[in-house]
Amino acid sequence: MINFHKDHANLVNVAFVVFALLSTGIAVAPALTLTETNAPLPDMPVMTAQERRGLEVYVNEGCMGCHTQQVRNIEMDKTWGSRPSIPADYYYSKQRLNVWQQSPSVLGSERTGPDLTNVGVRQASSQWQYLHLYNPRLVVKGSIMPRYGWLFHEVDSADVKPGDVVLPIPADKLPDPGRKVVASAKAQDLVAYLLSLKQAPLPSGVQADAFLRTPGAGGEKVAAAAGEAPAVDGAAVFSQVCAACHQQDAKGLPGAFPALAGSSVVNQEDPTQMIDIVLGGYNARASEGYGPMPPQAEVLTDEQIVAVVNHVRSNFGNNAPPAKIETVKAERAEIAPQTMLP
Amino acid sequence: MAGAAKAVLVAFATVTAHGAMAQGTAPPGWWSSPGIIGTMVLLGIVLFVAALIITARVSSMIKSMNGLNSAQPEAGPDPDGGHQPEYRLKGDELGGSAPAQDAKQLVMRATSEPGNPLVDEKIYSRTRLDVPQDLRKLVIWFLGASAFWLVFGTLVGEYLGLKFVWPDMDHVSWLSFGRLRPVHTNTVFWGWSSMAMIGLGYFVVARTSATRIYSYRWAWWSFWLINAAITLGNICLMAGINNGGGEYREYIWPVMLLFALGLILTFRNFYATVKRRKIAEIYVSNWYLLASLLWTLVVATIGYLPWYQEGLGETVIQGYYMHMGVGIWFMTFTLGLIYYYLPSALNKPIYSYSLGVLAFWTQVLFYTLIGTHHFIFAPLPWWLQTVAIVFSVGMFIPVFAGTANFLMTMRGSWSAIGKSYVLPFFLVGVVYYCVGSSQGSFQAMRFTNHIWHFTDFNVAHSHMTMYGIVAFILWACIYAIVPKITGREPAQLLVGAHFWLAFIGVFAYTVSLMAGGTVKGWAWIQGVPFIETVIETRGYWTWRAIGGSLMFISHLIFVWNFATMVRSPRAAAREVLAVEPVAA
Repeated sequence: MINFHKDHANLVNVAFVVFALLSTGIAVAPALTLTETNAPLPDMPVMTAQERRGLEVYVNEGCMGCHTQQVRNIEMDKTWGSRPSIPADYYYSKQRLNVWQQSPSVLGSERTGPDLTNVGVRQASSQWQYLHLYNPRLVVKGSIMPRYGWLFHEVDSADVKPGDVVLPIPADKLPDPGRKVVASAKAQDLVAYLLSLKQAPLPSGVQADAFLRTPGAGGEKVAAAAGEAPAVDGAAVFSQVCAACHQQDAKGLPGAFPALAGSSVVNQEDPTQMIDIVLGGYNARASEGYGPMPPQAEVLTDEQIVAVVNHVRSNFGNNAPPAKIETVKAERAEIAPQTMLP
Repeated sequence: MAGAAKAVLVAFATVTAHGAMAQGTAPPGWWSSPGIIGTMVLLGIVLFVAALIITARVSSMIKSMNGLNSAQPEAGPDPDGGHQPEYRLKGDELGGSAPAQDAKQLVMRATSEPGNPLVDEKIYSRTRLDVPQDLRKLVIWFLGASAFWLVFGTLVGEYLGLKFVWPDMDHVSWLSFGRLRPVHTNTVFWGWSSMAMIGLGYFVVARTSATRIYSYRWAWWSFWLINAAITLGNICLMAGINNGGGEYREYIWPVMLLFALGLILTFRNFYATVKRRKIAEIYVSNWYLLASLLWTLVVATIGYLPWYQEGLGETVIQGYYMHMGVGIWFMTFTLGLIYYYLPSALNKPIYSYSLGVLAFWTQVLFYTLIGTHHFIFAPLPWWLQTVAIVFSVGMFIPVFAGTANFLMTMRGSWSAIGKSYVLPFFLVGVVYYCVGSSQGSFQAMRFTNHIWHFTDFNVAHSHMTMYGIVAFILWACIYAIVPKITGREPAQLLVGAHFWLAFIGVFAYTVSLMAGGTVKGWAWIQGVPFIETVIETRGYWTWRAIGGSLMFISHLIFVWNFATMVRSPRAAAREVLAVEPVAA
């Protein structure tokens, strides 16, 4: 029998062997299995070189200090994606970057800011992404995210070259009225990466894992859902989806995102055009400097669309008769039959 | 202290109020979940200890006030005998009426109010250890560097805490939140804690092996290697060069290699010193120190080798790495330090040597397997998550074994705590060891993870452990040993200021973030829009910044105290000469 109290060599050896064995079993072996079985989903778009450079910016600026990229398999994470994340989702984003930098820890451990798993779907507008990176509080009032001013240049209006990405900053928010803010290559890479963050569809026939209920809180909710469809809160959908661009007061951001308050489209008696815009996107006001509105057909269900449309039509000083879900269903079938949500 | 207790009550009243408002239909089983009950009990323990200290203080204050009042009637009739003594001492029998003199400077300090109840006179450390000049210099340099990194690292932390409240404080890329956050964590980890641990460890191995350090050259090499790693690593991070964003793994490998070389040299040096010990037995402290150095090298190697880290392989390693960094490096090493410095400060042996050995083996068994509890509900294998949760609960064994051992060692010496400026640091460290570690176990459970994961609660937990446990124990060890090897003590009032500011600060810090994290987690479960939860947390972040400021001020005081303890002998001697013989 080894006497650990007197035999320093064996004390150290045994401690080493025990720890090395435990570490191999709990860390190296499962990590090796996950590495060997690492493969992309069949319908996953290949990461482009620009998106990959954007990922490097994401790592070097330490974005994962505040943003997670994992939809956990619990009900509360439904906000961040339509299904729980699976290992294959990370095939492209978690490869070793280069000799100096390892596979990025994009899953994160703090959600000081929102989860970004599906941000390319949720905030598909590149205009919004640029403005938000340049000064988050331009578009989200209560945000505490840092400004990333060093990813942008200020140039004289005369020096703007064709092909430059000029930010649609409202005139009163410009640092200098005679100048323009232009996105650097790094900012363009980063935005390309952020817009590429979308949950890829699972292969046909494969069922996504169900979300686990929250004990206590979830129980009643799910029980209610079993009886009849829960009423969708249009105000909540508005502040989660629409308010990012159109702002919480629906007054928009002059020059960047149009106002919904008092909008002629919103106040039409017939809601069809408004529903079409929500479903399929809109780019008719580019001449006024407004960015294109990304389509929401894949983001929102019919129930959510009718709820949010009616919320907007009856609030913010607007006064239009409510839309019906039948209109939404009919328009969705017409616009994009392939993007039906279950 | 009373202020802090009040703040806690206010904070919890707020939590409950928020909870009641937000829930609408309150889920019935919530408060009876074991994780929640356990956490509440733990908070209760801290409050109880705080209340105990306050009661003791207040009662001694009342007693001393009574004592002052009854000083006059003492001249009255003797209650025992009932008769007036014929002769009473006048007080000048020995010295006569001439002014007192102390030509040989035997009196260290004179006071006319010996029982000041607010700032108890502490016992001066009279023990002077005869330490080789080389060792003294080495320990002081390691501790000095650690004190520097403490101030630098927590200055960064303080700045980051303010950014939560004022996000537009600056727009400089090098000072942006994403880049500075790892500078704060890595500096206090590898700079402050690690440097202090190694410095204190050098003293322990030499002392408990009754021999001299094997190689001072290696020791100095490791000193410069580690300092170089932290300096270069921080410059890289601020310049936007990051290994991959995994927590505590943000330094790129060439930088971390310097740190690892420093650790290899330290391990070989410790091992060679223990090997040539003059006594048969290896003192249990050295078990912890040697093992934690060796294990940390394993952890660093596993963390930085690339072959199994594609895809979610990296995530498994990240969970393992960050938890082992804390549990195998900081916790294990710090426990080793307690096993030497606590008994030596109390001048008695550790309560149970075998319990220390039990805690050692259970530490490695349970701690090693729990890294994945940072990724509960993540797309990692379910069995890995379950193992992590089960063994997190198993952590109660080493934690309770350790806590019991330390508290039993202190038992019978409670009165010494009030008389020492070192022991309160130990007491707080040990209580936080119990509370912070157990709280971590509770947080690993699936239900509590629902509410708390991803919220500020995590940040509260890491400060409860790395600060409440590790930093407090390190300060205890530093205040215990440095005066003994330099012969100079810090001003007691300033040590007290350091203690109370740090303690109240970390309490306000953790409680505000725990309350804020709970409110936030609940709001997320209810489906409250994300930005509203950000706005709602701002108040808690303000409290956190206040707590953090107290902590930072206490570090400045600590540096001043450290400078007092190590200032050059010549300066000290000059001061002694300048002192007039004390007149009583």
